[in-house]
Amino acid sequence: MKAALRDAGLSALVALGLFGTMVGLRTDVGAESKLTINPQPVTVAIIVALVFLGRLGMVLWSQNKAKAAPVAKKPSRMPALGRYVAPVLLLIAATLPLYSSRYIIDTGVVVLTYVMLGWGLNIVVGLAGLLDLGYVAFYAVGAYSYALFAQTFGWGFWTCLPLAGILAAFWGMLLGFPVLRLRGDYLAIVTLAFGEIIRVVLLNWTTLTGGPNGISGIPRPTLFGLTFPAGAPEGSFAHFFGLEPSITYRVAYLYYVIFGLALLTNWVSMRLRRLPLGRAWEALREDEIACRALGINVTVTKLTAFAIGAAFGGFAGAFFATRQAFISPESFTFIESAIVLAVVVLGGLGSQLGVALAAIVMIGGGELFRDFNEYRMLIFGVALVVVMVVRPRGLVSGRTPSVTLGEGVKISADMVSQGHG
Amino acid sequence: MAYALQQLINGITLGMIYGLIAVGYTMVYGIIGMINFAHGDVFMIGAFLSLISFTILGIAGITYVPLALFLTLLFAAAISALYGWAIERIAYRPLRGSFRLAPLISAIGMSIALQNFAQVAQGARDKNMIELIPGGFDIFQQDGFVVQLTWMQIVITVVTLVLLGGFTWLVTKTSLGRAMRACEQDMKMTALLGIDVNRTISLTFVIGASLAAVAGMLFLLYYGSINFYIGFNAGVKAFTAAVLGGVGSLPGAVIGGLAIGLIEAFWSGYASVEYKDVAAFSVLIIVLIFMPTGLLGRADVEKV
Repeated sequence: MKAALRDAGLSALVALGLFGTMVGLRTDVGAESKLTINPQPVTVAIIVALVFLGRLGMVLWSQNKAKAAPVAKKPSRMPALGRYVAPVLLLIAATLPLYSSRYIIDTGVVVLTYVMLGWGLNIVVGLAGLLDLGYVAFYAVGAYSYALFAQTFGWGFWTCLPLAGILAAFWGMLLGFPVLRLRGDYLAIVTLAFGEIIRVVLLNWTTLTGGPNGISGIPRPTLFGLTFPAGAPEGSFAHFFGLEPSITYRVAYLYYVIFGLALLTNWVSMRLRRLPLGRAWEALREDEIACRALGINVTVTKLTAFAIGAAFGGFAGAFFATRQAFISPESFTFIESAIVLAVVVLGGLGSQLGVALAAIVMIGGGELFRDFNEYRMLIFGVALVVVMVVRPRGLVSGRTPSVTLGEGVKISADMVSQGHG
Repeated sequence: MAYALQQLINGITLGMIYGLIAVGYTMVYGIIGMINFAHGDVFMIGAFLSLISFTILGIAGITYVPLALFLTLLFAAAISALYGWAIERIAYRPLRGSFRLAPLISAIGMSIALQNFAQVAQGARDKNMIELIPGGFDIFQQDGFVVQLTWMQIVITVVTLVLLGGFTWLVTKTSLGRAMRACEQDMKMTALLGIDVNRTISLTFVIGASLAAVAGMLFLLYYGSINFYIGFNAGVKAFTAAVLGGVGSLPGAVIGGLAIGLIEAFWSGYASVEYKDVAAFSVLIIVLIFMPTGLLGRADVEKV
């Protein structure tokens, strides 16, 4: 007990040093635009007290836990659970617009966009083991190519969608070439740099992209030529089916578009895992040298991973552009790449279900804090650290080998290496 | 000619600041092999702490510049060191020995948290400070263009060189430096030889954070304006510098910092200010194509 008190006291002292300065001495612009100090003793006292109590509780709790007899760890029930969770989730996702409010459907669209991005990035990071910190670049390429095609040539969403994917895949290959020889963190920093280059170019190439003002008035998608305007004019969805005019139809339609796209991503990557190409990706992740020795063409393997991952990023980008009807470089900052990567890692690399769960928890959970706008990203960052410390292997960390002899046995993710480029 | 000389001076000054931050990246990478993404934000915290310190000193009436500089340097370095220590303790130590991406995500989370923490605690507006060390002298004149060397630039260069000199001495000559280099080579063996690995790693973070804080103070003095977002850009540039020089190599970090600073200065001076980041990153990519381990990095020996 005494040791615990001392520990907590020390923590409180550290907290006083950390927060007493940054929080306690707030600099404000005072009279004559001179800086003044605006002390916040109460806030600091509350934070320090919270740290003291929190640390005390933590120490006492871990002491009690240590006293209890060590129990053999039960094997994880997650895999068996997964068999039921996935269909239930799918059912909920498929029927969500039928009984939900517009706000919920809108949130669902955002979550599904991140699920799709997560599954796309999963191909690069989870399957091929190439750490990509610039995934948002392909998202941006997809969004801008749809916006520009639609504005310049007046092409519709469904014409531009494949084009956006192809263009993004092309950029993925372009990124892939210089990084073929790089590994690990060198790869990470080059992909990050690539993402930043794309953003800076979008920001400054004013004649093409509109610079910081972005592109607005991007057309919405149509359903076999039926549009989804506010009223019910000739040729609209509501008019054709003789329904009450409502904006909810458009939101629901967008929801089903992204739902279909996400399912496509999932289906393609699940199928690819079983093809020789997918197996080459996983072999590459485990050991590049062994891969070469076995005669796998590492160049082709890496480039296809980048290209296919990027293509799905491009699809998601085109969808983002059509949903927002407005895009600007602000939507494609590094933080987006970080969020998508966090979704993939938090979900448990390589696990399709895990990525979906992580996106629901992180993006949907973020919506809960919408009212605390200022604190939202602060909470997000802290939550990321906490989840990583508690579950470093992600939410769903078991995985099924794609090649088995006889019956497939689920192995713990601790047995596989991942993401070292 | 005169114009080029001016860009050279500006580039070296900027490069010194990048170098100071890059040293922190390279040290941490050398020892535990992770990108400390939150390092740029420690730099930002250091800049804010310096702003707080200068403001308090101004109110207290201490206007003798060398004394104010010295006190601020001590204050910012000490509190930032505490931040560095706490970050390592909370976000990285529990993940040591975990698989490689876990600390990286944790670091990204820490970076996001610190950024928004500073925004909440100190406000989102740009904070401006009056010029503390004004003036300078003209060293050269040609065709009506005056090459100027400001006192501020001299202070930045001198402070950086002194710190880097001291740091090199620490790493090469002291027992702590020996312990750090030993950890870099083989952490398990080092622990077996009776060296407190946890303490060594903590101290590495503490030293890296103090250097970043000093860089933050110099940045504040040089540009006179800071906000909560400066950490990201400076951090990415400094990490680029560290990779360019070869991650894990101390002289490499300084050379990389100078290279990035010079590229930015010359590109802004002769081509376009808007695309200076593109220039710096493009050089990084080109260098890595031909030298995949950076300028001074060692090639990893791969074993099967």
